[in-house]
Amino acid sequence: MPVSVYIPTPFRKLTGNRQHVEASGANVAEVLADVDRQYPGFRQLVFGSGETVPAHINIYVNKQEITSLNGIETALQDGDEVAVIPAMAGGSGEDEAPKRKTVGALTAEQVNRYSRHIIMPQVGPAGQRKIMEASVLIIGAGGLGSPIAVYLALAGIGKIGIVDFDVVDLSNLQRQILHQNDDIGKPKAISAKETINAYNPDVEVVVHEVPITSDNALEIIKDYDYVINGADNFAARYLVNDACYFLKKPLIDGSILLFDGQVTVYLPGQGCYRCLYPSPPPPGMVPSCAEAGVLGALCGTVGTIQATEVLKLILGAGESLHGRLLLYDALAMEFRQVRIRRDPNCVLCGDNPTVTELIDYDAWCGGAFDHTNEEERKAAEAAREARERAAASMNA
Amino acid sequence: MAVEVKVTSVLQKITGAKVVQGEGGTVGELLADLDTRYPGFKQQIMQDGSLHRFVNIYLNDEDIRYLNQLDTRVKDGDSISILPALAGG
Repeated sequence: MPVSVYIPTPFRKLTGNRQHVEASGANVAEVLADVDRQYPGFRQLVFGSGETVPAHINIYVNKQEITSLNGIETALQDGDEVAVIPAMAGGSGEDEAPKRKTVGALTAEQVNRYSRHIIMPQVGPAGQRKIMEASVLIIGAGGLGSPIAVYLALAGIGKIGIVDFDVVDLSNLQRQILHQNDDIGKPKAISAKETINAYNPDVEVVVHEVPITSDNALEIIKDYDYVINGADNFAARYLVNDACYFLKKPLIDGSILLFDGQVTVYLPGQGCYRCLYPSPPPPGMVPSCAEAGVLGALCGTVGTIQATEVLKLILGAGESLHGRLLLYDALAMEFRQVRIRRDPNCVLCGDNPTVTELIDYDAWCGGAFDHTNEEERKAAEAAREARERAAASMNA
Repeated sequence: MAVEVKVTSVLQKITGAKVVQGEGGTVGELLADLDTRYPGFKQQIMQDGSLHRFVNIYLNDEDIRYLNQLDTRVKDGDSISILPALAGG
């Protein structure tokens, strides 16, 4: 029997901003289990690590609180509405969620600073406060990380984490707007923090000046609400994807090369990077930006779309890109979309997952094929040579 | 059946153009046709008769993995996109 379940705003990041979802079950307990099956992580948000509904969450069936009915066994019929209402804002399992920032009334200065947000009906003072209470982790302070960080800083995101262990290099300055000439030689995460706070001193910036690895990924990611990927290699992309899936964090993914970009949003349980690309290419098969190049301005376009998508998730506004892969062709100035979906055979988020913990991604990306290393090396080499011959004959 | 095939910048180095035309009744036949017109094309996206797993092919915006893979039938006027993974950031 299908019932409608009202999802409170703090939980909507799991349901792609949906305010209502349909679920099946003979009673409230079964319906909640069904919602958790559709949107993994929901159970944890409602129950925390316990077995009973905690005191700060009220559940209503057709506007009647279930404690005055039959509790979690309250029977349901077709068309009933089950509403999950946290009694206080930001209620989630207290032993697993980090201390959330809560923002009271905006100061006069903040009302002025964010006035162009606040006057929009989709934002308002309440929406601006949600932005200021949110925490976002950005992987990489480079081509994509730069516009993402800048626009999120301008928007007033409460906490921005930056993961980057590299130093600013002259060749970065063709596209990485977080860094300027005087920053050459400075750690990129520090340069990022300085730029963010020069724009907006209210933003708390946490720098993670380390490479993200299987040893630290879960620890770093757990303290943020959202993760945005600006990594520049396949190993990091698969690592971040897997970690976000295990920690049930929405992941806003973007990638670029030459004149092309791809962007999408992965919500836990609704498809992941491995559903789209089950295995990485062997090394050398897909060139990096350093090898093939990228139009600097392209980073701005794609990164800004990523920032836009996370703001929409925070505000619960519009339709998120989840389930769609946005393709940007800058040369034709064309945007297209293709459908992406959860693959039931996905080894991470499918029906029979075999990847249940983080792996050694460098080793996996280094030897991606079933063939011997020698064969794959030759294949990548042959492919690269073919591209170069073709390019040379076109330029001749 | 003339089918329009869109490729990304990396593959353009082989085809010389963003959009090319190919012939074939299935996706597999279409790729074989493109390989005769643009030598080295197949090598970029396939090995031993199957698509590299980091390359996706879309028929009118639907992933052929969920259709009939390389046996997916194509007809005049269809649009195929070949999309290898990008990692740049």
